[in-house]
Order: sequence, then structure tokens, then C-alpha cells
Amino acid sequence: MNNVEKEVLELLENNARLTAEEIAVMLNADAAEIKRIIRELEDRKAILGYITLVNWEKVGEEKVSALIEVRITPQRDVGFDAVAERIYRFPEVRSMRLMSGTYDLAVFLEGRSMREISNFVSTKLATIEGVVSTTTHFVLKAYKQDGVIMEDGEEDRRLVISP
Amino acid sequence: MTMSKWAQRINPAVQNIPPSGIRKFFDLVAEMKGVISLGVGEPDFVTPWHIREACIYSLEKGYTMYTSNWGLLELREAVAAELQNTYNVQYNPRNEILITVGVSEALDLAMRALLQPGDEVLIPEPSYVSYAPCTTLAGGKPVFLPTSLDNGFQISADQVRAAITPNTRVLLLCYPNNPTGAVMEREELARIAEVAVEHDLVVISDEIYDRLTYVGQHTCMSSLPGMQERTILLNGFSKAYAMTGWRVGYAAGNPDFIGAMTKIHQYSMLCTPITGQMAALEALKNGRAGMRRMVEHYNRRRHLVVQAFKDMGVPCFEPGGAFYAFPQVSVTGLSSEQFAEELLKQEQVALVPGNAFGKSGEGFVRVSYAASIDDLSEAFRRMARFVRRCGVRPRVISAPSQISAARQEGICQTL
Ligand SMILES: Cc1ncc(COP(=O)(O)O)c(C=O)c1O
Repeated sequence: MNNVEKEVLELLENNARLTAEEIAVMLNADAAEIKRIIRELEDRKAILGYITLVNWEKVGEEKVSALIEVRITPQRDVGFDAVAERIYRFPEVRSMRLMSGTYDLAVFLEGRSMREISNFVSTKLATIEGVVSTTTHFVLKAYKQDGVIMEDGEEDRRLVISP
Repeated sequence: MTMSKWAQRINPAVQNIPPSGIRKFFDLVAEMKGVISLGVGEPDFVTPWHIREACIYSLEKGYTMYTSNWGLLELREAVAAELQNTYNVQYNPRNEILITVGVSEALDLAMRALLQPGDEVLIPEPSYVSYAPCTTLAGGKPVFLPTSLDNGFQISADQVRAAITPNTRVLLLCYPNNPTGAVMEREELARIAEVAVEHDLVVISDEIYDRLTYVGQHTCMSSLPGMQERTILLNGFSKAYAMTGWRVGYAAGNPDFIGAMTKIHQYSMLCTPITGQMAALEALKNGRAGMRRMVEHYNRRRHLVVQAFKDMGVPCFEPGGAFYAFPQVSVTGLSSEQFAEELLKQEQVALVPGNAFGKSGEGFVRVSYAASIDDLSEAFRRMARFVRRCGVRPRVISAPSQISAARQEGICQTL
């Protein structure tokens, strides 16, 4: 990866709405070249998507999320991957990671209610072959997500004009 | 105009200091809503959290007392190490470094320690608003070295030499510059250093924007041959570490200069607040990576600003440092103040008129790009609209005749 690619990615990671033209100016590069780089990064799946970070509470939407610690039995040749895939393909799973430590998979679920989530865990997740145990932790409050503080009271407090 | 009884009791030296051009503008802005301000002379970042957290920790541990007049030795040692590593200049932390309440205090101390009545101080212009008043209050006389767009707002050795009189004592430098964003090339600085040696001038070098250099490498004045002994180097934490409100800076120089400044400091200030010093120490210890990231952000926005003015058809030289651009808005046919005032009234964008920084700033405005990308983009959209109404055509610099024609047609409203 070259330097320009890295800078493009860093800029987009923080603000997916920057246009190729804006990025080009900021990096003192050619707009057509930046467009080409972005397209190429998308083709290579280095850029996987552009999503919006939403605070659903602000629009009165009830959402429940939970972290499920899952212990699974690894299988010959494929290790954890085959069982993992059966889990992460469910759209209810928002993100999932293989962990070191006392459990294997950290599964983040999102649903409309606690019942919906517990239903999913007991009927779908726990019953998958290879899943040894699950421990469900419901999220009480989100403070920060993907580097963004949910209720950031640090607005611009500078004087409007200063020397 | 008759003066009130009490006004007559004010020292004329204070009385005669003209009101700040910035203050006037500030009052105007304060009454308006929906203003995007590009008039701010400080970072838009909040101090990095690790620095704030270190300060909280110091309070928990009970660091709430006076420090040595010179400042915490540990901080002075860290400053000395930083200067050694960055510019290969050596200062003894025990008697060659003084921690001050910002560069502001250090500047005042330097002037008061050096100047006798009538001594002349050479000051490049346009320049930071404190230089001339600090000189005057210390009994000195500011002598300005005008700079312009043609030479990238740099001064030359010849210019310095030509301004020297038998009364000249001090040359004040500020590069990267506020308000122009100009940086000096090393070769010319070296020639200026020769002039300083030749005429036995003391140099006060305000290098508060040294880290915010985007083009080439910053040259520290005291790193030039023969300059360390005759330079009072001023720097601080306000800009590089986004720590304006903490009020911590320092002066480095020979033991006689720094000793004299400490004498004044110990009776007027006693010491720099310990809480700020603790935070500054953390900034030097662990702040480098965060500082670099902020500088990278400024640099990207710098490109946006330069491009925006190019697109508008307003001449603007490419600033090599600090976080200011200094476009020549006289192409609109307006003066600095008219431009700033009308832009504020018509489009709610605040900037600082260039003449607030001295006569040679007339015809320009200072645009601070210490602002979010969103704010910058919106401000440029509004500014472009305004400039177009004034008859300036995008990407073409209007000839003066075109401008006056446009004004006669009433395109530039309300004038
Ligand atoms: C050139 C220059 N010197 C000094 C200062 C003041 O710095 P400090 O916050 O360290 O007093 C500023 C702040 O705007 C500045 O622009």
C-alpha cells in the first residue's frame, strides 16, 4: 500500500462523505487519480462499505443490543471458522470476533426487544452444532462506538474572534 | 474631545495605545446568529485527552502549590531536551530556560528586560497584534518592516539593514507568521542573522508556530551561527498541542537575558500555574504523535483553503505554516474592514481584517483554517457568492476598471 492510498483510507474512515475532489485538494493530488484509487480500493474490498453511525435513541427508536460470549468446539482442518460462519451469516449478528481468553466468539446482536434477542440465542445460536455454551450480556448504555462518543458535550467553545 | 477626570489619571503610554482592531470586530460578531467563524487564532481541537487526564491526576495527587520562579525543573529539562533533539541547540535547564504564562508573558518580559526609552525594535508587518503595544509599554519604539504578497510576506536582510538606526536594539521575528502564514527560507534567515551580528542586535524570535510548518523545514533562529547568545527564543504549547487556555510557554536564551526576565517574572507573576505546567510536561513526554496528527489535519485544510481562493479568483499566496491564509480581498474593490464587515453582514462569515495586523495588512483578510472541513466548505461557498456579487470573476483576477464598473452597477450591495 502506498502513502496516498493510506491517506485516502484514513480520510474516508473518518468521514465517508468526502468527495474525491475534496480529498484530491486536501492531499494535493489529481482528482481523477483519487477516483481511480478509491475505485480500486473498493474492487479489492479494502473498502468494504460506507455506513452511517446512527444514534437511534435520538429518534425514539427502541433497540436492544447484547454481547454474547460463545464457546465453541473447533473442528478438524477448519478450526473455528465453519461454526463461526453459521453464526455470523444471521443478519441479527451486527459484529463478531474470535477472542483469546475464556470464551471464543464475541457476538454482538441487535434486536427490537430483549425477548427477540433471547429467542434468537436460545433457538438459533445455542442450538448450532459445535456451540458449547453461551453467556448473554445486555447492553445498558452505549458511550462510544467506532471512535465516536455518543453524547459528546465538547462543542466549539472558542471565542468567535481572537488574535 | 475632553477626557474624564479619571481618564486623565491613566498613564499616557497606556492611554495612547489604539484600541485593538480585533476587539471592534468581536463586538460586531457577538450580536449575530448563524455565524461561521474563520476568525479564530487558536486550534479547533480540544487539548488531547491524555494531557487533560494527566492534569486531573496531578490535581488528585495534590499538585496545587507554587513552583520555582523558573518553572518546574522537570519541565525545563523536557523543554531543553526537546530543543536539543529538534534543532540541536543546547540550553541549560537551570539558568537558560524560563517557563512563562504563554509566549505572551515571555514577549512582555523580554521587551521589559531589554528596552530603554527610545530603543527601536524592528518588527515585520503585518504582524501579531501584541508586538507593537508590548514594545511601546516597555518604553521602546516599534519600527515596522513592511512585507507584501510579492515577496511572500518575508523580510529580507537588506530590508533589515536599511531600517537600522543608532537606536535599533532588537529585531523581532515571527515565522511561521501570524497573520500571513509565511515562513522564512533558511538562506535569507542566515543573511539576516549576519546583519544582526554585524549591528549587534538582539533577536526575539517568536517560534510558537514552528511545529505547524508544512513547506520545507523550520529553522530555529538560535541554531544559526552566532545567534544562540543573542537570541531570545520564545515558544509554547498553545498552538502545537492545542493548549491555548492552559497559558504555558517558555523563553530560552543566555543566562543574563533569562536571569533578567526571571527577575521581572518573579515579582510580577511569581510562577506559571503548576496545573498548566503539569499538563505541558505530559504534552512533551507523550504528545508527539497526537501533535503530528493535528498538523496533518491543518495541512489538508490548508490545501482546501488555497484552492478555494484560487477558484474564487482572489489572489492568495500559499501559506507555508501556522493555520492562516491571507488572501488579497482588495480585488473586490473593498477595504479590509469593509470586506470583513460586509461579508459578516451579508453571509455571516467572520474573519479578521488584515489592517488589524498593521498598515501593510490593508487589502487583505486573515482566514483561519483551524475549523472543521464542513465549516470551511460552507464558509467558502458563502464567500464565493459574496465575492461574485462584488464583481470578481472566478479564476480570473479582475482588472481594477472592471471592479469599479461592477460597483457602479450596484452589484456589490449596500455600498
Ligand atoms: C504569533 C503569536 N505569538 C504569541 C501568541 C500567544 O501565545 P500564548 O498563548 O503562548 O501566549 C500567539 C497567539 O495567537 C501568536 O499568534
